[in-house]
Amino acid sequence: MADAEMTDTPDVFNVRDLNVYYGDLRAVSDVNLDVRERQITAFIGPSGCGKSTVLRCFNRMNDLIDIARIEGSVKYHGIDLYDSQVDPVAVRRRIGMVFQKPNPFPKSIYDNVAFGPKVAGQKGNLDEVVEDSLRSAGLWEEVKDRLSSSALGMSGGQQQRLCIARAIAVNPDVLLMDEPCSSLDPIATGRIEELMKEIQNKYTIVIVTHNMQQAARVSDRTAFFTAELDESTGQRRGKLVELDETGTIFSNPSDERTEAYITGRFG
Amino acid sequence: MAASSPVDLDQLRARRGADVRGQIFLILLLLSVALAIAMVGAVFYDVIVQAWGILSDRLWDFLASPSSSDPEKAGVAQGIRGSLLIALIVMATFPIGVAGAVYLEEYAEDTWVTRLIQVTVRNLAGVPSIVYGLLGLAVFVQGLRGITGGSSVIAAGITLAVLVLPVVVITSSEAVRAVPGSLRDGAYGLGATQWEVIRSQVIPAALPGILTGTVLAVARAMGEAAPLLVIGAAGFYTTGNNDFLEQFQGAFTALPMNIANFAREPAQTWRGHAAGASVVLLVMVFFLNLVAIIARARISKKLGR
Repeated sequence: MADAEMTDTPDVFNVRDLNVYYGDLRAVSDVNLDVRERQITAFIGPSGCGKSTVLRCFNRMNDLIDIARIEGSVKYHGIDLYDSQVDPVAVRRRIGMVFQKPNPFPKSIYDNVAFGPKVAGQKGNLDEVVEDSLRSAGLWEEVKDRLSSSALGMSGGQQQRLCIARAIAVNPDVLLMDEPCSSLDPIATGRIEELMKEIQNKYTIVIVTHNMQQAARVSDRTAFFTAELDESTGQRRGKLVELDETGTIFSNPSDERTEAYITGRFG
Repeated sequence: MAASSPVDLDQLRARRGADVRGQIFLILLLLSVALAIAMVGAVFYDVIVQAWGILSDRLWDFLASPSSSDPEKAGVAQGIRGSLLIALIVMATFPIGVAGAVYLEEYAEDTWVTRLIQVTVRNLAGVPSIVYGLLGLAVFVQGLRGITGGSSVIAAGITLAVLVLPVVVITSSEAVRAVPGSLRDGAYGLGATQWEVIRSQVIPAALPGILTGTVLAVARAMGEAAPLLVIGAAGFYTTGNNDFLEQFQGAFTALPMNIANFAREPAQTWRGHAAGASVVLLVMVFFLNLVAIIARARISKKLGR
């Protein structure tokens, strides 16, 4: 069963020997992992373990931080994302991102969703794209009568679903979610989780979360990261402990650090 | 029940005089505000009282008449025209200041050259205006006489534009820097290029702040007299101003020059002229501010804040 699944689901990302530095600080060391197509992969671990940093390598958002630098390779469908010929802008059009804090643009709901298609060069009437995206994000019924009002007037949960609608409006291949529910209440969180389940057959999703129950509820596979003290420099740096089927990670992890973390004895 | 309560009312009761220092501080703050308002009020009161005679007597004549040696005929029409043209020229240069700010904040890498430029811009904002007058005299009046026509409203406008440009750059930089990073991340995350992020997110979000800074800058440019004196603004001129080029390259004056010249007249019959011209200048600046406030409110509303 496990073998069959492995062959059926090709990899979207292959990360090999990834090290990320912020200036002199090595934030993440020697990460190797694979992300499978049309699955939800969750990254869990204590603060400072580098899970968000690794996520931000997948769409080259780390490029925007002047002092960030990476070593190793991040392959996307076999293509090295950090190849000199790769344009980060083109990468981000295929690999969308939803951020920790809902960050709708201070524009109308419609314009928020239409922004991505517009910068991607889609001309003409975007009504259909906007409606489809809002429907996919489960937001259409709530906002169809006020598409032209400001997105900042929505509740936090609606704003985050708008950000998801905005991300899927460009028809991406992958959705990266960086703690998308950390600023939301349990009901809004539940709606986002339902939404992830609904769209997971169309997108490969990688989600960073602090909430282990969330990882257990939504993800197919879970990666556990931890922060370790580097004896030689005295700095803490993130490491991947293991990546496995979510059920396995939560019931029978192979590393005792994972077990300590998920049972609440650490972190 | 009450007896066993771990807290009694006395422990929570407001203590008299508990926050005397806080109260004193608050009173000092209120006094400072009152003083500031009183000073502005006194200036307005004084100017309006002094100007009342001439403005109630011959308001439209005063506004529409050119300079004259006869106090009964002298007006500020030339000054209004000069100040408006200067304001237009200054406003026309704002894109340069905003562009400089966007470059410094969004594109320039954090090197010693960038920091040197930033420090220099800040220092330039503090250079006395008379020094800019000397620059204007050397560069725009004499050096570029072919374009400006010498001591003209063009030379004055460009000089004052250079004078306020550092202020525009600084306030615009601050407005651009205040745009939350999450907005940039959101746009970059959707595959926007740097230019698209700046054009569609950063500049619109910074626009209210930029607008405030630029209006303050125009108001300052309109109130400057010292550089105009150095450049050679006329206190009194009667040239025809019929020719189109003459309008921009010929002799000119501006309201601050009118005020200075009126105030210099010793005769009793000139009393009130300087105050009258001041009221006109104040009204113009006030109107400009009003336009900016309305524009700012409209933009903010559009941004949904």
